[in-house]
Amino acid sequence: MRFKDVFSIIGPSMVGPSSSHTAGAVRIGLVARQLLGVTPDKAEIIFYGSFAATYQGHGTDVAVVSGLLGFATDDRRIPQALDIAEELGVELDFEQGKGLHPHPNTVKLILSAEQPEARKLTLIGTSIGGGNIEIVEVNEFAVKLTGVYPTLVIRHADRPGVIADLTSLLKNESVNIGHMSVDRKGRSGDALTVLELDGAIPAELIERIQATAHVQHVYTVDLSQTEGSS
Amino acid sequence: MKFRTLSELGELCASSGLSIGRLMLEEQCAESGKQPQDEFAKMAAYYGVMKEAVQRGLTENTTSRSGLTGLDAQRVIAKRQTLEPSLGGPASDAMAYALAVSEVNASMGRIIATPTAGSCGIIPGVFVSTQERFGLPDEELVYALFAAGAIGYVIANNSFVSGAEGGCQAEVGSAIGMAAGALVELRGGTPAQAIHAVGLALKNTLGLICDPVGGLVEIPCIVRNGFGAVTALAAADMALAGVRSVIPSDEVIQVMLEVGSAMPEIHRETAGGGLAQTPTGRKIMDDLKNKKKQAKAKDMGNKAPEGS
Repeated sequence: MRFKDVFSIIGPSMVGPSSSHTAGAVRIGLVARQLLGVTPDKAEIIFYGSFAATYQGHGTDVAVVSGLLGFATDDRRIPQALDIAEELGVELDFEQGKGLHPHPNTVKLILSAEQPEARKLTLIGTSIGGGNIEIVEVNEFAVKLTGVYPTLVIRHADRPGVIADLTSLLKNESVNIGHMSVDRKGRSGDALTVLELDGAIPAELIERIQATAHVQHVYTVDLSQTEGSS
Repeated sequence: MKFRTLSELGELCASSGLSIGRLMLEEQCAESGKQPQDEFAKMAAYYGVMKEAVQRGLTENTTSRSGLTGLDAQRVIAKRQTLEPSLGGPASDAMAYALAVSEVNASMGRIIATPTAGSCGIIPGVFVSTQERFGLPDEELVYALFAAGAIGYVIANNSFVSGAEGGCQAEVGSAIGMAAGALVELRGGTPAQAIHAVGLALKNTLGLICDPVGGLVEIPCIVRNGFGAVTALAAADMALAGVRSVIPSDEVIQVMLEVGSAMPEIHRETAGGGLAQTPTGRKIMDDLKNKKKQAKAKDMGNKAPEGS
């Protein structure tokens, strides 16, 4: 089922004019911000399909940037997001992409930040209707990530037993996995595991996962508190 | 959720004796692991935003950023001072309130996507006007939102609710079906009647294309929300009177999937066809582009003196 619960149908609370083009785009930006960990210094934003055709009128550009700035879907500052980003010194570049894309509403983000340390992120997100999203690619790994649930994104080496180690840590904390996706660049290369969880993620658990053999980095994504802040 | 189709939803209601709204609240709690009072409170807050949007649309300036739309809800209300509405007062209220919320959306105000922002006027239009008319407590309206959500959940998972995927039938059409079914429950109808209302309403919106002028959620989206609220009232009245959707509502949802999938991309929210590509639609689009270019040039002009 693409839509899991009543609030994926009624809601989100948002600033108009389009749930796909505005609220969904804010959420894609928010996921990207959570994965990057900070406000980017540079953001290349490439729109595909219906996003490319109508992003200016729908404020999709404004919305993605709002997410990158950490605004909620119903934040009243959304219409001014481009000006706010400029004041913060965020370098923005918008493009209309050509070629195949996974959904009529697709955006690719190429982000970089220098402070507090140099980091980069590429992400492909789709806005599937009613403000719901699916992130389908992170740093060229295929993933499936909705942001509806507390989510762990774990970069690790592709070695036997890593996933068993991760899942047993979760088992010990009685945290249930709702959805899991694993992708790797090649056999014994880098891998990315995404775990959508039913419960909150204790900070201590993140530390333990970080300390697990072959785990390079742990990121968390959670959009459950991304409205009602304004 | 224990149901995937409207007929399964109807059976669950029949066996449990619960209304669709009350059953959906239970199912929601089973899915989220949260307490009923918490989920209820979240929905109640959403209803508060809907009422606020109706009020803002009726009183504040709703001129959109493009300048193309706004204040139509207020025109409809003002005209009633001098001319009795042909629809009759209650339907006129629902229509005006739906326009109001849709105009708040187009002017980048706060709304609740029900199920989308492009269709955000229909449920508040029907709900708020019905509440005022019959003096219902908020609690009943909040349960009705859970009922609308249950119907939308089935439509979204078996077909689509976004114009980009299935055209305006998926967007405005889904909202009409959800509002119609929920209204039947609000007026004391059975879950089975509510489900018939969904089929009756959806059949009347099949084939509706998404052709937003300039790609904006304004023309014809706003007036379609006004019309949609009226259609939902009509479908609910028919279902409450015992009119059945002879083609079962689940089968109508499948037809919406079939029709939407067969629709060319130009009719699915790309502004590539329909009203968007009429001579006037194209002219509006060109004017918007020029306005944008001029604004950009002016912006550059303002910045130029810095270094010179």
